Amino acid sequence: MLDADFFRRWMAATAVSVEHEAERLTALDSPIGDADHGSNLQRGFRAVAATLEKEEPNTPGAVLTLAGRQLISTVGGASGPLYGTLLRRTGKTLGDAAEVDVRELTEALRTGVDAVMQLGGAAPGDKTMIDALVPAVDALGDSFAAARSAAEEGALATTPLQARKGRASYLGERSIGHQDPGATSSALLIAALAETAGE
Amino acid sequence: MKMLINVAETVVADALRGMAAAHPELTVDVEHRVIVRRDAPVAGKVGLVSGGGSGHEPLHGGFVGPGMLSAACPGEVFTSPVPDQMVRAATAVDSGAGVLFIVKNYTGDVLNFDMAAELAEDEGIQIAKVLVDDDVAVTDSLYTAGRRGTGATLFVEKIAGAAAEEGRPLEQVGALARRVNENSRSFGVALSACTTPAKGSPTFDLPAGELELGVGIHGEPGRERRAMMTSREIADFSVNAVLEDMDPRNPVLALVNGMGATPLLELYGFNAEVQRVLSARGVPVARTLVGNYVTSLDMAGASVTLCQVDEDMLRLWDAPVRTAGLRWGM
Repeated sequence: MLDADFFRRWMAATAVSVEHEAERLTALDSPIGDADHGSNLQRGFRAVAATLEKEEPNTPGAVLTLAGRQLISTVGGASGPLYGTLLRRTGKTLGDAAEVDVRELTEALRTGVDAVMQLGGAAPGDKTMIDALVPAVDALGDSFAAARSAAEEGALATTPLQARKGRASYLGERSIGHQDPGATSSALLIAALAETAGE
Repeated sequence: MKMLINVAETVVADALRGMAAAHPELTVDVEHRVIVRRDAPVAGKVGLVSGGGSGHEPLHGGFVGPGMLSAACPGEVFTSPVPDQMVRAATAVDSGAGVLFIVKNYTGDVLNFDMAAELAEDEGIQIAKVLVDDDVAVTDSLYTAGRRGTGATLFVEKIAGAAAEEGRPLEQVGALARRVNENSRSFGVALSACTTPAKGSPTFDLPAGELELGVGIHGEPGRERRAMMTSREIADFSVNAVLEDMDPRNPVLALVNGMGATPLLELYGFNAEVQRVLSARGVPVARTLVGNYVTSLDMAGASVTLCQVDEDMLRLWDAPVRTAGLRWGM
């Protein structure tokens, strides 16, 4: 069973990972973007970690809802609303249970990912965060480790795609051959989840 | 790469403090990242709020003042501002006549302004929105994020600003703003990439002897790369790209805009070429503006925006304005 502490640790692990990978995310966001993905997420997840420490939400749902709201208020760009909506909707679906199991988390994440697709209009294959998140949620039913692998593979698989959403889409065919930064950061989020689960 | 900064993390805050010191006619909230005209809210008048990533100065903060924007919301460099900023701005400038959000068509800007509109409406503020999507370099299709908002943002902010200053109601100001956008098209080229403080090096690699055609204002590459061209050739290409997508029956406003690092000397020379092409194509030019208005940090390059105007729009363009970035008539 996963309690509030698990979810706080997940967010903290994500913050550490984003801190570590910020330069790489920015480097990915250069040829097909505006070179700000790393610093934006770094700023956002630092704020999330600080807020969680200060407010100490005591249910899984409250942790994610607060994290999502903080991202919306801090990150900016498209990532803020998209990641913010992912976490807020997931949190809302989890309700006010003090503990949830993996199945409930999987279903909640699915609603979160659906909300992101609805907000941003992306479908799998558009070369976005969705290309890492959808496979991850599908695999989470097997194990956390499977979700991590699926997310990483999904991020890698964005490389040959032509972007149909976001700033990369302005480049048309020139977006081919570059890994999508949003899918990459999504894979980091899922990897942090697996790490927190000890897998 | 050398930059006139302290550290990347404080670039925006530092700039806001400097703006505040230079412009006592503005209320600059550095902590909450909102720039407001000091006399806001102006009784009976529609408030105009815009915003976007920092790095395009004078857009948008430099256009806050009588005759143009009521408030601007600067995000991190090249990053859309967050809803909290726009809600704060709307609250500061609403006199009860409502607020128009001027939103450049980028996914982030649209998402954040949409969220802000909902939140502001919850607070009882009437919000209207106009989307600016003038750049012809991107095809608007199911396969892209749509056309980018670039130089036409200046035209929208000025003309809508004058309409609001005249006391026109929200619905009319919004309709006029949309009309300005619909009648505007832009095309830009880059001779260099730009360097963001966070990255510290150019956003992409543009070799000597080559240029990017069809660039936006966020340091991303353009639609295609070609061998370097003369000012004459660039003007031919750019103006024709714009005219291919519009058929001006009326005279146009012409904005010959620097991306930030191109000297005025070059921009004026480029304008001579732009005017030559327009004349050859039989397009009457009502007014011309040359300079750095919608920039991309230190990108070398220029963009051309044409806006087809009727008598009303031209009168509103000519109307007095007093902002840091644009000032005439008062």
